[in-house]
Amino acid sequence: MNLTLKIWRQAGPDEKGKFVNYPISDISPDCSFLEMMDILNEQLIAKGEEPVAFDHDCREGICGMCSMYINGRPHGPDSAITTCQLHMRKFKDRDTITIEPWRAKPFPVIKDLIVDRSSFDEIIQAGGFISVNTLGTLPDANAIPIPKQNADLAMDAASCIGCGACVAACKNASAMLFVSAKISQLALLPQGKAEAKKRVQKMVAKMDELGFGNCTNTYACEAECPKEIKVTNIARMNREFFVAKVCVPKME
Amino acid sequence: MATLNSKIPEGTLAEKWTNFKAHQNLVNPANKRKLEVIVVGTGLAGAAAAASLGELGFKVKNFCIQDSPRRAHSIAAQGGINAAKNYPNDGDSIYRLFYDTIKGGDYRAREANVYRLAEVSNNIIDQCVAQGVPFAREYGGLLDNRSFGGALVSRTFYARGQTGQQLLLGAYSALSKEIAKGSVQMFVRREMLDLVIVDGRARGIITRNTVTGEIERFAAHAVVIATGGYGNVFFLSTNAMNSNGSVVWQCYKRGAYFGNPCMVQIHPTCIPVHGDYQSKLTLMSESLRNDGRIWVPKKKEDAEKIQKGTLKSTEIAEEDRDYYLERRYPAFGNLVPRDVASRAAKERCDAGHGVGSTGLAVYLDFKDAINRLGKHVIEARYGNLFQMYEKIVDENPYETPMMIYPAIHYTMGGIWVDYELQTTIPGLYAAGEANFSDHGANRLGASALMQGLADGYFVIPYTVQHYLADQINVPFIKTDLPEFEQVEKEVREKLERLLKNNGSKTVDTFHKKLGLLMWDHVGMARNKEGLQKAVEEIRALRAEFWKDVKVPGTMHGVNVELEKATRVADFLELGELMALDALNREESCGGHFRDEFQTEEGEAIRNDKDFMFVSAWEYKGPDKEPVQHKEPLNYEYIEVKTRNYKEA
Ligand SMILES: Cc1cc2nc3c(=O)[nH]c(=O)nc-3n(C[C@H](O)[C@H](O)[C@H](O)COP(=O)(O)OP(=O)(O)OC[C@H]3O[C@@H](n4cnc5c(N)ncnc54)[C@H](O)[C@@H]3O)c2cc1C
Ligand code: SF4
Ligand code: FES
Repeated sequence: MNLTLKIWRQAGPDEKGKFVNYPISDISPDCSFLEMMDILNEQLIAKGEEPVAFDHDCREGICGMCSMYINGRPHGPDSAITTCQLHMRKFKDRDTITIEPWRAKPFPVIKDLIVDRSSFDEIIQAGGFISVNTLGTLPDANAIPIPKQNADLAMDAASCIGCGACVAACKNASAMLFVSAKISQLALLPQGKAEAKKRVQKMVAKMDELGFGNCTNTYACEAECPKEIKVTNIARMNREFFVAKVCVPKME
Repeated sequence: MATLNSKIPEGTLAEKWTNFKAHQNLVNPANKRKLEVIVVGTGLAGAAAAASLGELGFKVKNFCIQDSPRRAHSIAAQGGINAAKNYPNDGDSIYRLFYDTIKGGDYRAREANVYRLAEVSNNIIDQCVAQGVPFAREYGGLLDNRSFGGALVSRTFYARGQTGQQLLLGAYSALSKEIAKGSVQMFVRREMLDLVIVDGRARGIITRNTVTGEIERFAAHAVVIATGGYGNVFFLSTNAMNSNGSVVWQCYKRGAYFGNPCMVQIHPTCIPVHGDYQSKLTLMSESLRNDGRIWVPKKKEDAEKIQKGTLKSTEIAEEDRDYYLERRYPAFGNLVPRDVASRAAKERCDAGHGVGSTGLAVYLDFKDAINRLGKHVIEARYGNLFQMYEKIVDENPYETPMMIYPAIHYTMGGIWVDYELQTTIPGLYAAGEANFSDHGANRLGASALMQGLADGYFVIPYTVQHYLADQINVPFIKTDLPEFEQVEKEVREKLERLLKNNGSKTVDTFHKKLGLLMWDHVGMARNKEGLQKAVEEIRALRAEFWKDVKVPGTMHGVNVELEKATRVADFLELGELMALDALNREESCGGHFRDEFQTEEGEAIRNDKDFMFVSAWEYKGPDKEPVQHKEPLNYEYIEVKTRNYKEA
């Protein structure tokens, strides 16, 4: 395949970025998208130009590191996959492919296609955990049976890889899908109940503080989420939030 | 010279760990706040260790390469984690898990360590459930188990095909809690580039901030290394792209012994190589062997037609299929350990029965399981793996059999540690895949996650505390000591040399060449001639690298090529030590298979008389031969046998 890549280049966080066009030829349709980027970078280095910086690690759709906005869609044209799982067979010969970083205020660009997503870690630190003493004696794992249905729903929500595509897809840069996935997982399990009220309030407050926008129910997040996290989680989070507000008027 | 003292506590096997804990030194809460610990790595081992040490009250600094601790390579583990809970009541016990692990490791692991691993395995499951890890459950609401290679019981806990993800997110949540509390300080996008030793003790590290390019110094009373395995020395492996061997290599060069460097695991079920642009290999979880049957065409003509694309797998009649694992190993069948399954696949492909366009693949077929259990059951068990396969290969595994081939997956070798997970450098500890400790010559499936969490949650917090107890009067270590100055200078010189080199070839060119060399000569089947050749060729390639590598950019800001260059420079040295160790071990055991040492049927010949030891290598300087030390292995509680998977 012969293609034209239109890539966002930005030298640093405070620099101005711009699109640069790169022609690339002889790409196998069985090549993955990131392998195509590797080939481009090898060619750029050979020519003495600076390679395109992008985040990636596992290259199998689970670490959540890769994050390219391809032809106007986070993770590109295929559904339910990450950028690293996208293959060139999804494009046509002679296509022009536009590649940008995630664009959202709480995810500032570091360089080229790399953005800073540490705000997601901060939200988890605000309460996305169950406080267990890691060295203490705990009840036997089978002491509390959990209905399979709840365990499965918790697992669905827990599949979130923290990639940020939901934020990149949303016109308000809302992080509701990401936050609600964690809140749902822990709210669905008996172990998570004790801290549930505090958790939802703290995580939502943190999300607002970090500049993520509100949800206006366009569901672009669900459509672009590589792990098919459902917006029903947002409904569950809103319910949890409401209950917490009503029952615990003041957060300590 | 450090001596090899494995420091195994007194008592019977079952009493040793309890005895250690009963007699270890403790630090009182007020003093804990005055003691600092560096933990490098946020995989299962690192995140669990950092969180637990933080919770105990120590001041912890934790580092990782990725932009978030949640993205460590452990996230990619699919299949499951072992524990001796015996919930299915199929005869499992701590002893049996211990026995299976020693046997699976082909009698090259230390008894006391492995027993402790089996002992704490049950606590891991309790702990993870308490943290909210959504393990798979049965309809009654209790935890579900599956079986894995090398075991006759079902002891593997799992969370769909994403067990590593869920366990790591559990550890990450514990870590997040400590970060919020302020007991752990997190440093992301940092790459450790060297270790600092002061007065014979590990006291700090030098890192590069991969965003700003800054070279930084960090000091502590003790350093824990949990940086994972070095499988990427082969270029193509199932490891994540950032996985590297550099930290273990730096520790080795600073005086830590390297245990069993040649012990590498090749995983039998990976998606075959398809092109020279390929950047990594994708694993298809071993759990698939529970329900999938492995076969190749009986007739060579059929295999040839398949390779040419003139015959389809589904057109081959049942009687023309060779289920070679079931044929050769009736007791374990498709569930033989990984090394046995990998070699059997290579044997069939080398004999001309391989499939796929390259002839380097075998079938993993779910037809019978789908007929027996229904498609929905298979989908529930392996849905995401099937989807992953289809996205990569563009074929539907519900309809046509998967194609698989062995690939580099895991390194049993690593930094040598004693029972307390301390290396030969006082104050330097190694946990998880980075150490050599528990898997001998071959690791059983679902046991790496178990080991990572055992080390991090249940061993390091005790043993590091034991070490720190006599450090309470040592004030915070300062980073302006001459030792820090000197190591930082060496790091800068190395980076500058790479940047100024201005050669003509990219880093990847060298990495790919090294990978091929390693795969051909230090891979699944090794022999004296090939290994000697490998040593020579690696040396030549290393010389060429330093002459001709091209690293663009500068020290400042993001420079991915520079990061890759430092790692490949280390791989070019580490590869040689692996070949040397393999050359030295004149026997076949576990993942280490020497062509010269096999029976007529192609089964491994182990040599217990001469090689029942851990080889621990000591670095002697850039152009000097390393020195081999031997830690003899004594089996007091297990009868050493030839591994036999033909009968139970
Ligand atoms: C595809 C795949 C599937 C697997 N499936 C299973 C399974 O089902 N069951 C099982 O038991 N095992 C499985 N394994 C093996 C298991 O996942 C690993 O052995 C284990 O997760 C290693 O954990 P770790 O904590 O030792 O290291 P890792 O998870 O590799 O973490 C290494 C950490 O060190 C950091 N680091 C590395 N170098 C540096 C540096 N220079 N400076 C700073 N930080 C650094 C990294 O950022 C990372 O945080 C699988 C492995 C693979 C590849
Ligand atoms: S909810 Fe989906 S899109 Fe958002 S971070 Fe999680 S996996 Fe990514
Ligand atoms: S690189 Fe890990 S999800 Fe894409």
